[in-house]
Amino acid sequence: MANAATMTAHGGQQYNYDIVKKFSIMALVWGVVGMSVGVMIASQLAWPVLNFDIPEITFGRLRPVHTTLVIFGFGGNALFATSYYVVQRTCQVRLYSDALASFTFWGWNLAGVLGVVTYMMGYTQGREYAEFTWPIDILIAVVWVVYFWVFVQTLVRRNQPHIYVANWFYIAFILATALLHIFNNLAVPVSLFGLESYSMFSGAQDAMTQWWYGHNAVGFFLTAAFLGMMYYFVPKQAGRPIYSYRLSIVHFWALIFLYMWVGTHHLHWTAIPDWTSTLAATFSILLLMPSWGGMINGVMTLSGAWDKLRSDPIMLFMITSLSFYGMSTFEGPMMSLKSVNALSHYTDWTVGHVHSGALGWVAMISFGALYHLIPRLWNTTLYSLRLVYVHFFLATVGIVLYITALWVAGIGQGLMLRAFDEYGNLAYSFIESVVFLHKPYVVRAIGGGFFVAGILVMAFNTYMTISRAKREAAQPAAVAHAASA
Amino acid sequence: MMKHETIETNSGLLIILTLAVISIGGLVEIVPLFYIDGTVEEVEGVRPYSPLELRGRDIYVREGCYTCHSQMIRPFRDEYLRYGHYSLAAESQYDHPFQWGSKRTGPDLARVGGKYSNDWHVQHLVAPRSVVPESIMPNYPWLLDNELQYADVEARMKALKRVGVPYSETVEEYRANVEKFGEDVARTLDIGRARENLVAQAQAGNFDGNGARLSEMDAVVAYLQVLGTMVDFGQYDEGHFAQFR
Repeated sequence: MANAATMTAHGGQQYNYDIVKKFSIMALVWGVVGMSVGVMIASQLAWPVLNFDIPEITFGRLRPVHTTLVIFGFGGNALFATSYYVVQRTCQVRLYSDALASFTFWGWNLAGVLGVVTYMMGYTQGREYAEFTWPIDILIAVVWVVYFWVFVQTLVRRNQPHIYVANWFYIAFILATALLHIFNNLAVPVSLFGLESYSMFSGAQDAMTQWWYGHNAVGFFLTAAFLGMMYYFVPKQAGRPIYSYRLSIVHFWALIFLYMWVGTHHLHWTAIPDWTSTLAATFSILLLMPSWGGMINGVMTLSGAWDKLRSDPIMLFMITSLSFYGMSTFEGPMMSLKSVNALSHYTDWTVGHVHSGALGWVAMISFGALYHLIPRLWNTTLYSLRLVYVHFFLATVGIVLYITALWVAGIGQGLMLRAFDEYGNLAYSFIESVVFLHKPYVVRAIGGGFFVAGILVMAFNTYMTISRAKREAAQPAAVAHAASA
Repeated sequence: MMKHETIETNSGLLIILTLAVISIGGLVEIVPLFYIDGTVEEVEGVRPYSPLELRGRDIYVREGCYTCHSQMIRPFRDEYLRYGHYSLAAESQYDHPFQWGSKRTGPDLARVGGKYSNDWHVQHLVAPRSVVPESIMPNYPWLLDNELQYADVEARMKALKRVGVPYSETVEEYRANVEKFGEDVARTLDIGRARENLVAQAQAGNFDGNGARLSEMDAVVAYLQVLGTMVDFGQYDEGHFAQFR
């Protein structure tokens, strides 16, 4: 049922909500699947028997399935959904071309499915977060160009003179992702009919390119884009304007400039020239400022309306996500210091850090945005606010268990591996550090389980909300039909 | 001075400025690495992989070994004692893609070559806990069961040649390889003889302990056994490589 507000005078829908609905649902589907695979591989590290000697589901093949589904499946679909919603609402114009928008939906999700299937079959580029084989890379590139075109054409047709700040972030995300994806995936196929290829670059240059990609996948895909999400949904949910317009300008330009320099902090102490490493560390420290600029702008938007935290679980998700954003963007620069990195690199501290950002920031802000979005898209109210609270507490407990377990694991292993006995020999063998990791790995898997339980509650709540909305929509029509009969 | 409002009301300008701002970092940090000679130091001994080692490496990538094992030793005392001399850029100059890794759930493998016997590797890959009871590595029994596919090894070497690995197709290229790597190595880099070289190396090495058939295990073990063995660090003065860092 379309209400009057979404209808124009000539009867068409004012906004394309259909595409936003599709992407929102797929975000939840991939979220459930991808996070469950995460719990599976976390459990394999605690209990290796769970690899079952089945090639398709061993840790090495499932790990890219997990990262791809949560980053590009869950995160990607949430970004498509919110960007298509936000650009329409803030430009007050319908999304450009339903057909092209629909193409981005099918293309993007097809790429996800193909990725999962091919990784499990053993086809991978062997580059973290860019494991897609070359034909899928081409599909993604085409989808991305179309996405850019749809977004920009909608912007150009806007009925507002100003482009709202959320859209700046989405634009930066789309442009940067295109740049990163193309240059990091340059490769020569073994044959035109096979899936395998060899990367254009080798060794040190390949490592630099990959981590320029890898860290900016975090910086633009998982940060800038979700800041775009934050800039629309936090003020909307709070019912207040963004705290500081000036701050948003300064931190936008600073953030997108600085991020591109910092990827090399993934390669400290490796066989790359020292100056690149030092430069990356320096820019990583600088990056703290625009990161916190975004956090402050989001959190302070609530000033004067703090009581909402007592009454609105959706606001709770959003503010908690900003707190985790602030926490992990402090932790990141600290870990990029060469002396800290000497201990943290190669350990689970890094994995914990990623998840405090990915679960705490990315997933929590997405949950908040989707809880805001879903009732509006289906023109109803949420089935249960109480279940949103339940989700919030499951997710928060899950994250805390997860990251504290991996602090213990990472720092513990780092200290063990660099320990010497009184004669100057290594105090521990490598395998002793593996034994030490068992307990933290169990706790981490439990934490992940909590988080999955949370998103399952959300999926149930969403299902009930939508089916109720459909029932409500069907009823008056049925009555009208009966009356006319 | 231009007001920010000008950018906010002009989508073309916003796009161009954003593109410019996000391009600078990569241009400054990455592009020079392709032109600075010192990025990859000159070292004696580093050669492209033989056809059998190459197939082993493909399988290493296929199984996602890099998700738990690094191949990059850092210049610290504990790593020196545990793994050996720190890794040089030259040692992965023929690695497409690089497999430095980012996580050590298992130990670094950059210099694992020669540390264990072939038998140990086979046993360890099939059932890691039978040799290291506390290990959390998955079992890889299928490496022993699967026959090694090598019909397309020439196509693989040609693709690698296109991205700069000096495998030879012509007589001139072969001669250049003889000059650079010596005759024994040059022969293994010749694309025309790839399949016979692969079979010969597998038979001579008998990496999987079964001379009757050529399994994926042959290739993987051959690859693991060459890791980190190409450079003879005894030839160089202590501290020689520090100048390239």
